[in-house]
Amino acid sequence: MSTRSVLTLALIVAAGASAPVFAQPETQAAATTFPPDMVRWSIITAGFALAFAAGFGALGQGRAISAASEAIARNPGAAGDIRGALILGLVLIESLVIYVLLISLILFFIRPFE
Amino acid sequence: MPHAQLWIVDLVNAILGPPVVALLEAAGFHPDHHHPIPDYLVMVLLIVAFLTVLSLIVRSRLSVENPSRFQIVMEDAISAIVGLLEQWIGPKGRQFLPLIGTFGFFILLGNYMGLIPGLMAPTSNINVTLGCALTTWVYYHIQGVKAQGLWNYVKHFAVPPGAPVWMAPIMVIIETISHLSRVMSLSLRLFGNIFGEELVIIILFSIIPFLVPLPMMLLGLITGGLQAFIFVLLSIIYLQGAVAVEHHADEHGHDAPHGHHAPAAA
Repeated sequence: MSTRSVLTLALIVAAGASAPVFAQPETQAAATTFPPDMVRWSIITAGFALAFAAGFGALGQGRAISAASEAIARNPGAAGDIRGALILGLVLIESLVIYVLLISLILFFIRPFE
Repeated sequence: MPHAQLWIVDLVNAILGPPVVALLEAAGFHPDHHHPIPDYLVMVLLIVAFLTVLSLIVRSRLSVENPSRFQIVMEDAISAIVGLLEQWIGPKGRQFLPLIGTFGFFILLGNYMGLIPGLMAPTSNINVTLGCALTTWVYYHIQGVKAQGLWNYVKHFAVPPGAPVWMAPIMVIIETISHLSRVMSLSLRLFGNIFGEELVIIILFSIIPFLVPLPMMLLGLITGGLQAFIFVLLSIIYLQGAVAVEHHADEHGHDAPHGHHAPAAA
């Protein structure tokens, strides 16, 4: 092994060894007070947000799938390309729903307004 | 959200815990003395060790005349990633195989680890996915600067091909936001999918702990593979956007492989 690869390996090992430093939890910040109804309303909001996101996300994905399957039925030769574009599009639509899911999970479990 | 500690995490902490605590104390941190190494880090180390050992074993048994069954599977996997790279980036796409292929295997194993009893999915922790996304982000910028030169690369932020010059002040802001949001979307997509799937399985387990969570676990199998594929695909698309811009400014009209109708994925 050359000196350069040894140095690179040592750097990687050092970075890996120092990983627990970054994994330590933060100390708690000073708590601010919110109105008492805030948690309840934030949870209700989170539920409705997730319902809307899932509903419209499903609508969008359904349109994409129907268009793609029509296209494949008309031109089966292009099925591979269409499938690739379909999967990419579905994932990009789905990730919007996932963002809302994450916001809802934060509101459900971490409860920043408590 | 498993609250009970996994035995392998306990084991690693029992072995590596005291030196890590001593190091952290010396560096001025005050870790949790019982579990200084969090579980996702243990899982990541496990994947790294597993992949390294697996690759070494495969490499020591490589043969052209008489390939083993496992070697053929690995060759297929690698050539699938190479095919994806060459389809999007072109003939020079093969040079990005080391990083992209590693991400593919790492994330695939990370997603599937959550389905094995006694282990958890490291990708259901935001730190791991953010690490992967940041690495991709830094890497494609470096490759873009390398391929086009610093000035040209910065210039294509302000004047993307096809945009008029007077739009530069707006385009700089839009492009900066879109590039920054790529980190967020890459990391949150993977994290949200895997975390949400684990959460659903845990909730179903707490209601009926027999047979009912199985369809969800099957769904997790599909999601895990799909998310690993999507992470790889989006990394390749970002790389293609950074590396191959001057490519179709030079030879427009030429039949660029797929890259022309690449959707502006954010």
